Amino acid sequence: MTTISENPTAPATPATTEATGLIGFIPVHIARALTLGGGALTVASCFLAWTWTARFPGDLTVYGYPGGLQLQVLVAGLLTTLFALSSYGIKGTRWLTPAGADGAIKLAALAAFATAWYTVAAISIQLGGPVNLEPGGAVVAVATLLALVGALALPFERPATHPADPEDNGWDQFKHRASNGLTSFKAAFGTTGTPRRLPPLPTPVEILIIAGVLAVALGVFTYGIGTEYDELFIGFLITAGFGFAAVNKSGLLQQATQLTGKHQNLTIAGAFIAAALFPFTQTDDQYATLGVYILIFATVALGLNIVVGLAGLLDLGYVAFLGVGAYAAALVSGAPTSPFGVHLPFWAAILVGAAASLVFGVLIGAPTLRLRGDYLAIVTLGFGEIFRIAVMNTDGTSGPDITNGSNGIASIPNLDFFGFDFGAEHTIAGFTIGRFANYFFLMLLIMAVVVLVFRRSGDSRIGRAWVAIREDETAALAMGINGFRVKLIAFALGAALAGLAGTVQAHVTYTVTPEQYLFAGPIPPNSAFLLAAVVLGGMGTMSGPLVGAALLFLIPNKLQFMGEYQLFAFGLALVLIMRFRPEGIIPNRRNQLEFHEKDETPATLAKAGA
Amino acid sequence: MTTTTTKADATTEPATPETVLDARGVTMRFGGLTAVRDVDLTVRSGEIVGLIGPNGAGKTTFFNCLTGLYVPTEGEVRYKGQVLPPKSFKVTAAGIARTFQNIRLFNNMTVLENVLVGRHTRTKEGLWSALLRGPGFKKAEAASEKRAMELLEFIGLQDKAQHLAKNLPYGEQRKLEIARALASDPGLILLDEPTAGMNPQETRAAEELIFAIRDMGIAVLVIEHDMRFIFNLCDRVAVLVQGQKLIEGDSQTVQSDERVIAAYLGEPIEGDAPTDAPADTPAPAGTPKAPATEAGAPEEAAAPKETTGKSPEKPSEKPSEKSSEKPSEDTPHDPASGKENDA
Repeated sequence: MTTISENPTAPATPATTEATGLIGFIPVHIARALTLGGGALTVASCFLAWTWTARFPGDLTVYGYPGGLQLQVLVAGLLTTLFALSSYGIKGTRWLTPAGADGAIKLAALAAFATAWYTVAAISIQLGGPVNLEPGGAVVAVATLLALVGALALPFERPATHPADPEDNGWDQFKHRASNGLTSFKAAFGTTGTPRRLPPLPTPVEILIIAGVLAVALGVFTYGIGTEYDELFIGFLITAGFGFAAVNKSGLLQQATQLTGKHQNLTIAGAFIAAALFPFTQTDDQYATLGVYILIFATVALGLNIVVGLAGLLDLGYVAFLGVGAYAAALVSGAPTSPFGVHLPFWAAILVGAAASLVFGVLIGAPTLRLRGDYLAIVTLGFGEIFRIAVMNTDGTSGPDITNGSNGIASIPNLDFFGFDFGAEHTIAGFTIGRFANYFFLMLLIMAVVVLVFRRSGDSRIGRAWVAIREDETAALAMGINGFRVKLIAFALGAALAGLAGTVQAHVTYTVTPEQYLFAGPIPPNSAFLLAAVVLGGMGTMSGPLVGAALLFLIPNKLQFMGEYQLFAFGLALVLIMRFRPEGIIPNRRNQLEFHEKDETPATLAKAGA
Repeated sequence: MTTTTTKADATTEPATPETVLDARGVTMRFGGLTAVRDVDLTVRSGEIVGLIGPNGAGKTTFFNCLTGLYVPTEGEVRYKGQVLPPKSFKVTAAGIARTFQNIRLFNNMTVLENVLVGRHTRTKEGLWSALLRGPGFKKAEAASEKRAMELLEFIGLQDKAQHLAKNLPYGEQRKLEIARALASDPGLILLDEPTAGMNPQETRAAEELIFAIRDMGIAVLVIEHDMRFIFNLCDRVAVLVQGQKLIEGDSQTVQSDERVIAAYLGEPIEGDAPTDAPADTPAPAGTPKAPATEAGAPEEAAAPKETTGKSPEKPSEKPSEKSSEKPSEDTPHDPASGKENDA
């Protein structure tokens, strides 16, 4: 009976609540004011003490300036306040929200709320109860809550939902209403509109904006890599995640993409300069180490992206090529444990490494590339393991003495490039550049080569042939593309690029052992993580695998307190990302169109790729 | 009736034919199933040849045999006198392009990129030239792009060059597939049901497009179910039933053949034994029952009869055309032939 009485009201509600928010009872003008006030209060509260003792890391006890997690809440609060101001149409802030403010406000408020409440909860739990909060802690909790409530009360366009069928049984009705609720919940955070086109700006201004964007990116990255304790890193993930989403919703990101797309070469050059500045922001070599490893990982991921993202060949044994390059370089490095007593100069070693990988790529590719799809994946997975086991067994007892078996090749000497010793510290313009920073610069150079190869090969006759094969192999063959040959080129090119990175990796890590080149393991450069970096970042794009690799390296590295659950949490995160953003963090415009067909997306594609 | 007028010049044109496609005794077996049995077919330059038959008759299988997607179990296919290699990309390189029955565009590539992929066999830039980006690379890319844009203009899609192929409406996707096939500068284009799912206006437009393709000097072999379309369009029509060629001839001959009607209406083929295939030669115009005279000789059931009947047909028909016309034909006809040779 209740269902019948409810049904007539159901169609009526959408009509009356046309422009209410998720929290319906607060009038819009109050909600907006609440958001603004909450945001401003959040900003202010970051300058208060949140706890009385410095036992909680980050020293949140000081009045006057924010520290640790307070800084993150401050940034999120600032975003909320600015977006709220922008929604009032205040002069000077309107440019912040070219796609409408409300969606951005909601996510920014959520960022502030989540980070603040995470901090408050962490303090309470770690120090034994909310007693340990200073008034500032309570203020920030209330302020962010107010901002969030205000933001959620902001109106949004409710999607049309169908009322439940009164003849259904209770469970079906419940399911139906739940799905309706979910739809409007999703719509609440949906984009409010398509972003305004950027007004035509003089080129120097555009370049300045790009430089600014890159500087912010460098800042965020440097901050993330430098987070010293777990709470700070988790807070960083929360703030950065929601903050990124908020900026995305505001439409600023699309405008930035528009600009960077216009000055592509300049942006890439700028990004490299920004990356090269990274070691100068560090006082010791500790984080440069992470930087090198991320670069190695990212370079290999970008190489894999040629194979997987462009040519569509699912290669699950890709790390073997990194291993081949590393072993080749180690064997000719003059390391005392190397059975070959040769010591080639670095330029020769790098060629040997890349060439060895290339040869292996062709050898493995020639028989396997006749397979398609899952079968190729299975076979490459097998070859990856064959490499590792073969290296393990060529130790002089089970087989010929080539690789020193499971002990690997140890104490690989540092590179010496025309008198520049990579192992020593150098001082450049007053900055001390340590060993890992030296390798960081070298890796950056190699990555530049890989980026160049990726871009140029992707945008050419052969690149189009790769994409055609990925799209429809039969049709590609019928268009006169020699499928096998073209796929083999992709496979070999990918292998050579991985080998290139491997030569540096051998020197950075001092030692190469077979256990570094697993299919899956907790330490990043392994086949599963490489593939995850490509898929997570965005297949077929240039920047996607770089971002994906950075995240995939940093997250396990920073979350070591999770111990055994690390891989589990990681897997869960991957599943969630694939569910909600299947095209990857930085989507290829093509894929975005592919995965979100129903959304309104521009029908045209100005310039392929990203 | 514009169609009739175009057809009029169509008949005058093949006065100078060169055999472009020559399939002899093509048989395709899948295990115990014989999908195509001993089919002969020739296409001469400047000709539009239709291939019809009920569903499951083996038309598409025959197409796949012609384009190297399948390797025929028996028989051979020659293109301009050369036996075709058994790989589909080599067939395309040789000069036979095709479209697919169910549209197979590269959905997530732009319209322009789709056509550029079609240029693949006619360009040579490999990986190194792509990486080094010398002047030769830029010139070749610019040339490819220019040719692709010309083709898009030819089919009327120049304004949608940057759209994703999958966002095009159905009819335009069909057209784009044709443009992509044309991009490989073929001497023969095989169209597999080019008007399937189109409305009458679109069908008319497709007809005009195919005539325009023929006027470019490209021979056309087309599979279609739309009989009006086929009989308006084609100089000759071959009928395939249960994997065998039933009859080949001009529209009237085929239209009035009882076995064709029977095949389409579902009457058992064995039912009308007295008629026979060797009908054919494009010449006879208004003689509906012409084949019947020849029919008496072989006495087996329709199927074997046909094969025997055909073998004499082929040699008789070919030399007559070839000897008289081939030399004169080469020059005016196809602009693509030069490129074919260096491919």
